[in-house]
Amino acid sequence: MLKKLRQGIFLLSCLLLSVALHAQTSVSGKVLDKDNNPLAGVQVGVKGGTADAITGSDGGYTITSTKAIKTLIFTISGYQTQTLNVTGATLDLSMKQLTKDAGDIIVIGYGAKKKGDLTTSVTTVSSKDFQKGAITSPEQLIAGKVAGVQITSNGGAPGSGSVIRIRGGASLNASNDPLIVVDGVPLSNSGIAGAPNALALINPNDIETLTVLKDAAATSIYGSRASNGVIIVTTKKGKRGAPVLNFSTNVAVGTVAKKVDLLSADEFRTYVNANGTNAQRALLGNVSTDWQDEIYANAVTTDNGLSISGTKGKVPYRASLGYLNQQGLLMGDKFQRTSIGINVSPKFLNDDLKVDLNFKTALTNSNFADRGAIGSANSFDPTKTVKSASAKYGSYTEWLDAGNVTGLNGLSARNPVGLLNQRDNTGNTTRIIANVQLDYKVKYVKGLRVTANFGIDQSTGSGKTVINDSAASSYRRAVSGGTFLSGVNNEYKQKQTNQLMELFVNYAKDLKSINSKFDLQAGYTYQDFLTRNDNFADFSFNKTLIPNSTPLFAFSENQNRLISYIGRGNLSLNNKYLISASIRRDGSSRFSPENRWGLFPSASFAWKMKEEGFLKNADKINDLKIRLSYGVTGQQDGIGDYDYQGVYRLSGNNSQYQFGNTFYTALVPNSYDGVRKWEQTASYNAGLDFSLFSNRISGTLDFYLKNTTDLLSNAAQAAGTNFTNFFVKNIGSMENKGVELNVNTVIIKGKDVNLDLNFNVTNNNNKITKLENANDPNFKGILTGGISGGTGQTVQIQSVGSPRSSFYVNKQIYDRVTGKPIENVFEDFNRDGNPNNDLYKFYNPDPTWLLGFSPNLGYKKWNLNFVMRANLGNYVFNNVASSAGTNNSVFGGSGFISNAHRSLLETNFIGTSSSFMISDYYVENASFLRMDNAGLSYNAGTLVKNWKANFRFNANVQNVFIVSNYKGIDPEINGGIDNNIYVRPRTFNFGVNVDFNLK
Amino acid sequence: MNNKIKSFAFVVAVVCMGFMACTKKLDLKQINTNNPDVAYATPAAYLQSLAKVYSGYALTSSSGPDQSDIANIDAGTSDYFRTFWKLQELSTDEAVVGWTDPGIPDIHAMSWTADNKLTSASYSRSMLHITYCNEFLRESTAAKLAARNITGTDAINIARYRAEVRFLRAYQYWSLMDLYGSPAFATETTLIGGTAPNQISRGALFTYVENELKAIEPELAAARTNQHGRADRAACNALLARIYLNAAVYTGTPRYADAAIHAKKVIDVAGFSLINNYRELMLADNHTNVTENILTINYDGLRTQTYGGTTFLTNASIGGSMSAGDYGTSGGWAGLRTTKSLVNLFPDVSGSTDKRAQFFTNGQSLEINNIALFTDGYAITKYRNKTKAGVNGSNGTFSDADMPIFRLSEMYLIYAEAFARGAAGTTATEALTYVNNMRTRAYGNNTGNLPNAAAITPDFVLDERARELYWEGHRRTDLVRYNRFTTGTYLWPWKGGASGGTAVGMHRNLYPIPNSELLVNTNLVQNSPLY
Repeated sequence: MLKKLRQGIFLLSCLLLSVALHAQTSVSGKVLDKDNNPLAGVQVGVKGGTADAITGSDGGYTITSTKAIKTLIFTISGYQTQTLNVTGATLDLSMKQLTKDAGDIIVIGYGAKKKGDLTTSVTTVSSKDFQKGAITSPEQLIAGKVAGVQITSNGGAPGSGSVIRIRGGASLNASNDPLIVVDGVPLSNSGIAGAPNALALINPNDIETLTVLKDAAATSIYGSRASNGVIIVTTKKGKRGAPVLNFSTNVAVGTVAKKVDLLSADEFRTYVNANGTNAQRALLGNVSTDWQDEIYANAVTTDNGLSISGTKGKVPYRASLGYLNQQGLLMGDKFQRTSIGINVSPKFLNDDLKVDLNFKTALTNSNFADRGAIGSANSFDPTKTVKSASAKYGSYTEWLDAGNVTGLNGLSARNPVGLLNQRDNTGNTTRIIANVQLDYKVKYVKGLRVTANFGIDQSTGSGKTVINDSAASSYRRAVSGGTFLSGVNNEYKQKQTNQLMELFVNYAKDLKSINSKFDLQAGYTYQDFLTRNDNFADFSFNKTLIPNSTPLFAFSENQNRLISYIGRGNLSLNNKYLISASIRRDGSSRFSPENRWGLFPSASFAWKMKEEGFLKNADKINDLKIRLSYGVTGQQDGIGDYDYQGVYRLSGNNSQYQFGNTFYTALVPNSYDGVRKWEQTASYNAGLDFSLFSNRISGTLDFYLKNTTDLLSNAAQAAGTNFTNFFVKNIGSMENKGVELNVNTVIIKGKDVNLDLNFNVTNNNNKITKLENANDPNFKGILTGGISGGTGQTVQIQSVGSPRSSFYVNKQIYDRVTGKPIENVFEDFNRDGNPNNDLYKFYNPDPTWLLGFSPNLGYKKWNLNFVMRANLGNYVFNNVASSAGTNNSVFGGSGFISNAHRSLLETNFIGTSSSFMISDYYVENASFLRMDNAGLSYNAGTLVKNWKANFRFNANVQNVFIVSNYKGIDPEINGGIDNNIYVRPRTFNFGVNVDFNLK
Repeated sequence: MNNKIKSFAFVVAVVCMGFMACTKKLDLKQINTNNPDVAYATPAAYLQSLAKVYSGYALTSSSGPDQSDIANIDAGTSDYFRTFWKLQELSTDEAVVGWTDPGIPDIHAMSWTADNKLTSASYSRSMLHITYCNEFLRESTAAKLAARNITGTDAINIARYRAEVRFLRAYQYWSLMDLYGSPAFATETTLIGGTAPNQISRGALFTYVENELKAIEPELAAARTNQHGRADRAACNALLARIYLNAAVYTGTPRYADAAIHAKKVIDVAGFSLINNYRELMLADNHTNVTENILTINYDGLRTQTYGGTTFLTNASIGGSMSAGDYGTSGGWAGLRTTKSLVNLFPDVSGSTDKRAQFFTNGQSLEINNIALFTDGYAITKYRNKTKAGVNGSNGTFSDADMPIFRLSEMYLIYAEAFARGAAGTTATEALTYVNNMRTRAYGNNTGNLPNAAAITPDFVLDERARELYWEGHRRTDLVRYNRFTTGTYLWPWKGGASGGTAVGMHRNLYPIPNSELLVNTNLVQNSPLY
C-alpha cells in the first residue's frame, strides 16, 4: 500500500511536468458577473480534464480540445461553480456570487463545516483580503483584519515575527501564543537558531486562508495547546482544469519611519559645555555625526514566486517556488528565503480513499547585524567621527583607557558602526513541513470514514558568529598561555523535529425524515517535540580555543510529548438547531504521572433563526444565527519539559569548585515541582451572526468570558523546600472578558464602482483574580517588567484585581509653575515621610480597544484599498528616555560622555538616585492609529493579444503613518517596555502578478 | 477487490498500532541528567556533590555567572558573599556604593523594608545553601551508602564530607541568626516540595549552631590538614569563637570566656602565623597565604566565575581616575567607597605609617555630598586581581582571589576583645602579643605597638577591628555588639539617610524576614512589629 502511494507520488510529480496539448474542437464565449461586468480569471474546464482556459480581462475565453467538448465547468473563487452543456461554438454565461455565509466551507480542526453550520466563534480571512506588500511572515497578513486578534510585529528586522494575542491571552508565565496549524500540522511555538522567526519559514504567497478559532468550543478540539486560540493556515491547492502558471514579483524599499529623538551634535556640545567639568568638556569632538544615520540605510526587498496548479487526470496538484531577498534597515541585516511547496490530492479505490500530500520546505540564509548597535547609536558621542586616525580597533573611533589591557574604556558604549561592520553572524536553516492525510470511506458502512494524518515538521538551523580580532567589542577578551585572544569565531547548531500522528473514526448520518443529521467522531493524537542543541567551544577570531570553554557534553536535548483521546459529536435538528459537544483527555510528558492527564469538555449550541417561519420570508434579513458555547482548554506550553523530576546535572565549566589544587565539576540537584498540573481556561461565548439588506451588511458579534485557573506562574517557594526561591507553580486565576464586532458592508455596488468596508472592534479587559495568599495585606503582588538603566529595576506588577503586568511606579509631582517633573519628588500616599515606598498601579500595556478598518474601492479595473488599525488604552514605559535622559547618563561614566534622549532638556533630571525612573512620568499613553497599508492595484487582463494570460499590477505603501502621542519611535511595543526596538520600516512596494493558462 | 480489503486492513492496522504504541510514551528523561540513585553511584560523585555544596556560598548558579539559582534579584549580584557583604558593610561607616539598583541605597540610608530586594536575596541565598546541605545529608546517610555499595574508606571519607556539610549549614545559620535573628529552620527532614519549615528563635538557633559545631568538631579533619577550601577543626573553632563573642546579642548571655578559649584553640594550632605583608591578603594568589587563612571561599577567574565575591570587591571599587589595569581587571564598575569615619581611624591616609590604610584619594573627596558620585569618598584598593608578583589574574573580569571568611587576625581580635571585656582565663600577655603581632605587621616595625595591655580597651578593639578587618564583612556585627549600629552614640556620614548621620530604630539591628517568605511560609512571624 505504501509502495503504491509512493508510486503514485512519483507518477504525479512526472505529470506535473507534462501537459498534453492538442486541439480540434473549440468553444469560445464571455463570462460576466451578476452585474454584467466582464469577469476575468475564471477557469473554464472540460469535464474530464482534457482541456482548460482562463478568461481574460474582457471575460472572454476560448477552449479547444482533442475530443469533442460536451460539458464545460466554470470556476472562480467566491462564485458558485457552474457546469453547462455545450450546445454550439459559443457559450456565454453570468456567474453567481456566493453569498458570504451560504456555502463557504470553514476548516475547523480535524474537519470542516459549512459556515452556516458553525456553532462557535471562528473567523476566516482569505487571500484576497490579506494585507499586501512585502510581508515575510504569514501572521502579518491578517493584522487588523480580525476582531479579537492583536498582532504586534517584533520590530523591523527582516523576517522578524510577531506576538499574537487572541482575546488577550490566557496565561501569566506559561505561553500566551496561539497554536498555529499548517495544513493539519500543528507547529511548535519555539524559535529556531539561525532564522529570525520560525513562522517566516512559510511563504505567505502559498497561503489561501487563515482561520482564527477563538472560543473554547472551537479550539477545544486542539484543547491541549489551544487555550490561547488557534490559527489554521491553509495553503493553496490544485484547482480543477488545465494548468495555470502564476508568476509574481514584488520589489520594495523600506525606509526609516522614525528615529529616536536624541540630542543633535550641537545640542549635545552645548549641554556638555554648560554642565560638564573641564575634563568632560575636553572629551568633546568637533564633528557632527548622526549615529542613527550611520547604522540605518534604506532596505531593498525582492520577492519572486512561481507556481503551477491544475488537475491532471483526477488529481489536483499545485507546486510553487518562492525566492525572497530582504534587507534590514540596520546595515548588514539580510534574510533570504527559498521556498518550495508541493501539494497533490489523488484519490484511490474508486475515490473511496482520498489522499492529501503536502510538502513544504524553506531554505533560509540570514545575516544578523549586531542589534547592540541600536543602543550604542543612542549613546555614542555625536561629536565624534566614525573613523579615527589610529589603525587600532579597525580604525573605528572608540573611548580609550590606556590603563586597561584592552586600551579601551571598560564601561563606555562601543562604536555602533564598528559593531555592525566587524561582526558577521550568518545563519542557515532548513525547514520541512510534510504530511499525508488519508481519508477512507469504509465501503460497507454508509457514513463511516476513517481518517489518518501523519506529519513531520523539522527545522535545522546552524550558523557562525565571526568578530574580527581588531574589533573593540571583543578585543583581548581572554588570555591563553600568556597571549591575549581577541575576536570570535564560533558555530551554533540546532535541530527541531516535531512528529504528529492523528487517527480518527467518523460516522455521519442524515435523518432526512426530520430534516436532521448528526455526526460522531472519535480520535487519538500523538505529538512529539524534540529539540537538539549542539554545544561548541568558544574560539577567538583566529580559532584559538578560549581557555576552559570546551563543552562538557556534545549536545543537549529537550523533548516533550502530548497524547490525546478525543470525542466529538454534532447534531443538526430540523436545520434550525445545531448542537456540538466534545470531550478530550490529554496527557503531557511535562507533568508527573499522577498529574499528567487532564479532561477538557466543550459544548456549543446555535439557533439558525433565519430558518424559522417568522423570518423565513423577511427579505431584509438574509441570515440570522445565535450561538452559545462553553469549553475548557488546557495549557502546558512555556514551562520546563522535565520540571517534575528531581534529578541531578553537572555544573558548567565556569561553575566548578576548587578543593586543594583540583577543580571539581559539581553534581547539582535541579529544582522541581512534583505536583504541577494543567493550567485550565474555561471560556464562555455568546455570538450573533447576521446578514442584512441583500447581504449588504453582514457580520458577527461576540461576547466572551475566559477564566483561567491553576495559573502557571513564577511564584515564591518557602525557603528550604526547593533549590530556588521562585519556581513556576499553579498559583492563581485570571479572567479576560470582552466584546468583538466584525462587520462587512457593501456600500456601493455599481456597474463600475464598488466600495466595500470591513471594520472590526474589540474590547478586552484582563484582570488577575487570585494569586496565592492574596489575602495577606502585605502581599502587593509579583514584581515583573525589568528595565534597563538600573540593575534589577522593575516597573510592573502582577497583582490581584488589576490587569496583567500593570505598571507599578511612583506618582510624579510636577512643578506648579513650570509644569516640569521634579526629580525624585513623588506622591507620599501613606504619609510616612518617605515617598519612595509609595508605588501605585498605573495602567497596563494591553490595549482596551482594538479597532480595524479596511475600505476597498473598486473602479473598473482599478482597486484602491487601505488597512488601518487603532489600539486604545495601551501604555508604554519609555525606557529609552528614562535610561538616557539624565545628566548622569551623559556624565555618569568616567573618561567618556554619552549622548542623551531629548527628554533631558525637558526634565533636567540629574539621575543619580535610585528612584527617579520608577515614575509614571515615563509611562506614556501609547494609543495609536496606524495606517498599515495603502494599495492601488490594476487588473490589466490579457495585455498581450492572443496570450492566455492575466496581468495584475499593484503598488503599496506599508506603515504609511502613525497618529499617537507616544514620544518614542513606535507606540506598538510588546510587553509595554520600550527599550531600543528595531524601527519598523515604511515600505514602498511595486508588484506584478501574472496568470498564464498553459493549454 | 482483494486490494480493497488489503487497503482497509492496512488502515485498521495503522490505527490499532498507533493506539497501542504510544500510550506509554509520556515518561521522558532529559539527557545529561540522572536520578539520585544513578547520580550517586560512585564515591567520586559524592565529592562532586560536595563541590556543589561548597560552591553554594561562592557562585550564583552552576550554569555560569550570568545565571542564578535565586530569582527576584539581578542574577550577577545574587551570590552569598556579595549580598552578605552589602548587608554587613554598606549599612555601616565602612562602605557606600554609588549604584541605584533597587534596594541598595536603602541599606546605607537604613530605610530598608521587608520588601527590600537585597535583604530578601541574602535570606534566600543562605536558606538555599542550607537546602543544598540538607540534600547532601539526605543522600549520604549510612543506609544510602550501603544501598549504593559504598563501603570502607570511601564511606569514611563521605562521613567526613557530611561533617563539613554540617559545618557549612551551621555557618549559614550563624549568618541568618546574625542578620535576621529567627529564620525558618530547615534540616534534612525538610523535604523538597514538602511542607514549609517552622521558625526557630534566635536563642534556640544559637544553641543549635553551638551544639552542631561541637558535635562535628571531632569528625572534621585536624586543623590545617584538609584540602585548601575545605573546612577543618580550626574553622569549626573559629566559628564557635565568633558566635560566643556575639552571644550577648544572640542570647542575652555573654560568653566572652568561651570566645577566648576557642579563639586560642585556633591561635595555638602549629603553623598558624600572620603573613608578612598585610597588602598581600586579598590578591589573586592569596590561596598561598596558608598560615593565616583559616577558611576561604575559593574563586577562580576561569573555572569558578561569579560577579560577586572578590570579583565584586575588586571591580566595584574601581572608578574615577583609577585605572582598572592597576588592579588586574579590564574595567571598573565605579561603585564602592568608604566614609571619613573609617579613614580617620588611621594615623594617615597615605598608608605610609599603618600600611593597612589602602585608600585611593586622587580625584576623590573625603567628604561625601552625593553617595551616587564615585568621586565622593575615598576608594579602597584592598582587593586586587593581581598576584604578589604583579601579574594579572587569569581573567580580565573575574578575580582569582579567594575570600578568607576566617583568618587568624580575627582570632587575635576576639581574644583581645574578650580580654578587654574581662573574660575569665584571658591573659594580658597573650592579648598584648596578639594585638602587637598585627600592629607590627601593619607598621612594618614596632612603632605602632601598644606599650601595655591596659591600652586594650573595648573601644580600642572595635577600632582595631575596623583597621584590620575592614571590608571583610564584619562591621555591622561589631557595631551591633557595641550597641552603636542604630543608636545615636556613634554616627557616620549618611547614617540613617542624614548627611551627618542620625539614629534609627532599634529594630534595625536585625534585617526583616522578607515579605515574600512570610507569604509562602505562614509558620513565620516577622522579627519586629516595626517591619
